Amino acid sequence: MSAVVATHWTVHSRRFETSAATREPAWVRGMLIALALAFFALFLLLPLVTVFAEALRKGWGVYFAALAEPDTRSAIFLTLLVTAIAVPLNLVFGVAAAWAIAKFDFRGKQLLTTLIDLPFSVSPVVAGLCFVLLFGAQGWFGPWLADHGVRIIFTVPALVLATIFVTFPFVARELIPLMEAQGQEEEEAAIVLGASGWKTFWYVTLPNIKWGLIYGVILCNARAMGEFGAVSVVSGHIRGRTNTLPLHVEILYNEYNFAAAFAAASLLALLALLTLVLKSLVEWQGRQQMNAGQQL
Amino acid sequence: MGVWTARRVLPGFPLALGYTLIYLSLIVLIPISAVFLKAATQGWESFWAAISTPRVVASYQLTYGVSLLAAAINVVFGLILAWVLVRYHFPGRRIVDALVDLPFALPTAVAGIALTAIYAGNGWLGQWLQPLGIKVAFTPLGILVALIFIGLPFVVRTVQPVLEDLETELEETAASLGADRWQTFYRVVLPPVLPALLTGFALAFARAVGEYGSVIFIAGNVPMVSEITPLLIITKLEQFDYPGATAIAAVMLVTSFILLFLINGLQAWANRSHPGGTA
Repeated sequence: MSAVVATHWTVHSRRFETSAATREPAWVRGMLIALALAFFALFLLLPLVTVFAEALRKGWGVYFAALAEPDTRSAIFLTLLVTAIAVPLNLVFGVAAAWAIAKFDFRGKQLLTTLIDLPFSVSPVVAGLCFVLLFGAQGWFGPWLADHGVRIIFTVPALVLATIFVTFPFVARELIPLMEAQGQEEEEAAIVLGASGWKTFWYVTLPNIKWGLIYGVILCNARAMGEFGAVSVVSGHIRGRTNTLPLHVEILYNEYNFAAAFAAASLLALLALLTLVLKSLVEWQGRQQMNAGQQL
Repeated sequence: MGVWTARRVLPGFPLALGYTLIYLSLIVLIPISAVFLKAATQGWESFWAAISTPRVVASYQLTYGVSLLAAAINVVFGLILAWVLVRYHFPGRRIVDALVDLPFALPTAVAGIALTAIYAGNGWLGQWLQPLGIKVAFTPLGILVALIFIGLPFVVRTVQPVLEDLETELEETAASLGADRWQTFYRVVLPPVLPALLTGFALAFARAVGEYGSVIFIAGNVPMVSEITPLLIITKLEQFDYPGATAIAAVMLVTSFILLFLINGLQAWANRSHPGGTA
């Protein structure tokens, strides 16, 4: 997904529409637009609209009553808690990994970059299973931990670990190509002029990578709050205790409490919309920054 | 090692690399190796028995087959969507462009229950499809719909930057040499887009194979018919069949590794034939 930032930071142009040689006949254009919009409406817009329509089907009263449920509120709180731990940890990792990979040359760099992407291609269910095998009752460390009175599986730490795993690459993936493209001349100049390493990072590197960093955090945050498969395996689904909001949606849905399930789901859909808005703003800001840089 | 002898001006390399390696090992590498070690210690025969029962094999065929089909459909419509977004101007283009990423942002469980509500027998679309004899929800067709939803942005977002960077001069040359628009598309536009298209296909496929949340609500989860492999792992775990779950997970991990290196290779190829695309 590193290409995503780059896409929107390049300036969009109308050059294809000016020349007859790069333009299709009007009927072809119309047909392609119609086809694309129909596909878009069917597969993207309709599910989004459905969430809100179903959530409000029985009126606002039922909607707010469902959200005020103690179990729903504790699920919201737990989701926020897990995210508040997982995202900063992956943020620090992403910066460290990008600093090592983008600013230095070393053997095995390509392999390291590939391994960082690994969680993206592992099924969330398998990710959850990994932690059950490590910390579960029959796992490697499970019996030893149990002897010391520590439980991880079916508790909040397991939810945090599973969430960190599935959101692991987000920040690093955005920062590595960005920092590689920026090179290291500016940092070297700061060091030569006597700035300390931290100062150099804080005043030279960070302003340059700011938008890429925020972009990665937004994506990481959205995935952390919405993760389902991995946390489902390690959570144990204890209501009010280890139920994150997406898991709570599942429980309500399986109890045929559709209005409440869609009410909880609508919060997550709002989060998704907020994510897309913030993402667009960050892309716009990043483009501004890049244009300003090109004019210098 | 040349690593330590190279002269470096910038500080922080040992700290940054050390932290990266430790964190990567603790969060990703050690947990994943637990799967392979656990799978290896149970003996070949029980491992093979666990991954080759008819029910498990049926789940592979379903998971990989439907994922391939979904990725192929996404290649076609993802290319059209990317093309329209890059080349044409129409009202709402920016909103469509922003919402293409919805499947990245919308939690999978939410997508799952929404798609089920749409395609169930009494749903918005289901009630019209049912009389025609088309059942979507609770059949493999429902899984296909969910996997198309999940995979679409991968294709659009890998193809879009390449389309944006295409030189108009090449197309103009082709036109001036007498090529019609279709020939120009097929011979001039498509070849440089192909690596990105294949990368998008592989990314969508890899995501679809492991997908769980959006599928289980709409799939119906009937063994041998509409039961995906990740669900089978969960079923085995709930029955405390840890060796069985681990064996199937090991098979899925091996395909993940193969796909990961395939995608890396494809991306390297895409970058070579389209320098600057990701920089």
